[in-house]
Amino acid sequence: MCQECGCGSGGGDVKIGGHAHEHEHHHGHEHGHAHHEHGHTHSHPHGVKTLDLNRSLMEKNALLAERNRGFFRAKKLLVLNVVSSPGSGKTTFIRETAAKLTGILRVGVIVGDLATDNDAARLRTAGISVIQITTGTVCHLDADMVSKASAQLDLDQLDVLVIENVGNLVCPADYDLGEDLRVVLLSTTEGEDKPLKYPPMFHSANIAVITKNDMAVAAGFNRDLALLNLQRVSHHAKIFELSAKTGDGMKAWLDYLGQQKKAV
Amino acid sequence: MHEVSIMTEALRMAVDAAKSAGASRVIKLRLRIGSLSGVVPDAMQFAFDVVCHGTMAEGASLEIETVPAACWCATCAAEFECADSFSECPRCHNFSGELRRGRELDIASVETG
Repeated sequence: MCQECGCGSGGGDVKIGGHAHEHEHHHGHEHGHAHHEHGHTHSHPHGVKTLDLNRSLMEKNALLAERNRGFFRAKKLLVLNVVSSPGSGKTTFIRETAAKLTGILRVGVIVGDLATDNDAARLRTAGISVIQITTGTVCHLDADMVSKASAQLDLDQLDVLVIENVGNLVCPADYDLGEDLRVVLLSTTEGEDKPLKYPPMFHSANIAVITKNDMAVAAGFNRDLALLNLQRVSHHAKIFELSAKTGDGMKAWLDYLGQQKKAV
Repeated sequence: MHEVSIMTEALRMAVDAAKSAGASRVIKLRLRIGSLSGVVPDAMQFAFDVVCHGTMAEGASLEIETVPAACWCATCAAEFECADSFSECPRCHNFSGELRRGRELDIASVETG
């Protein structure tokens, strides 16, 4: 388990576009009232009350995500949330998608990483509008970070907004960002059983993309097994197989994006 | 891995509810966590101890009710318990991917003192 994961507990180190950004804090400090009572299995003393809440812990993020979705829809933007484990080829996939859409659709990118703006730099070099979110210790992007980051992009000059999530197949699954489509990548250099190991993420995806197809033979990739596993967990997802590096299989993906853009 | 974020939100909701009710401290939190929610109950407990420190919930206990995942079988028009989001109905052996329960991440109640 990731012991470093201090998500939200001290989120002051989240930076958007290189600027420190204040998170809302809810750290009450009732000094002088430290209670250290352990075990409440005995009968309750007078004054104990039970408050029924029955609310989702994801409620605040869900509301912000819906607000984002409405805002993006008003701007007629197609929004993708791209998720995968680290090193599956998210940045290359996004860069090549944007490059091949030049003159057809205008693509902007929000990139999330724990540290460095290397991915943003790689995309910016390719002439793509990009905003980097460095999350510090936070292992996923949330709807609030995306809202603040997107405010720094000229959305009226874009057709497609791609959000490159933090490389992590666990945490981002629970955070709706307000996207139209969630795109999960599975590279041929990873195990074919990734969908079975991380079912919430693969199940939540609308699209599954098998990347690095040019490496499949060298990596001993079992395509049939990978597809079987994907269909088992991401049974409703549309599947693409491609290599962003060689361009093989990119046309089907780009045509699909074009259709999706028309639908928003 | 994101248990700290989720626990921070649970504590915020608990403290808000307790303050609105005029309580001075939170003594117990009850959460409902689905078996396919992607969070680990042990990690939630660990995160709980960390985020409660120095707040009106310091020293409070955490109770987690695990909700077993269930799929809906359209053929049998009934739910069945399942281990993942795409499972075989034990009655008719058709596969179903319609998850009805198991993704819960809820705060059920708060006990205040």
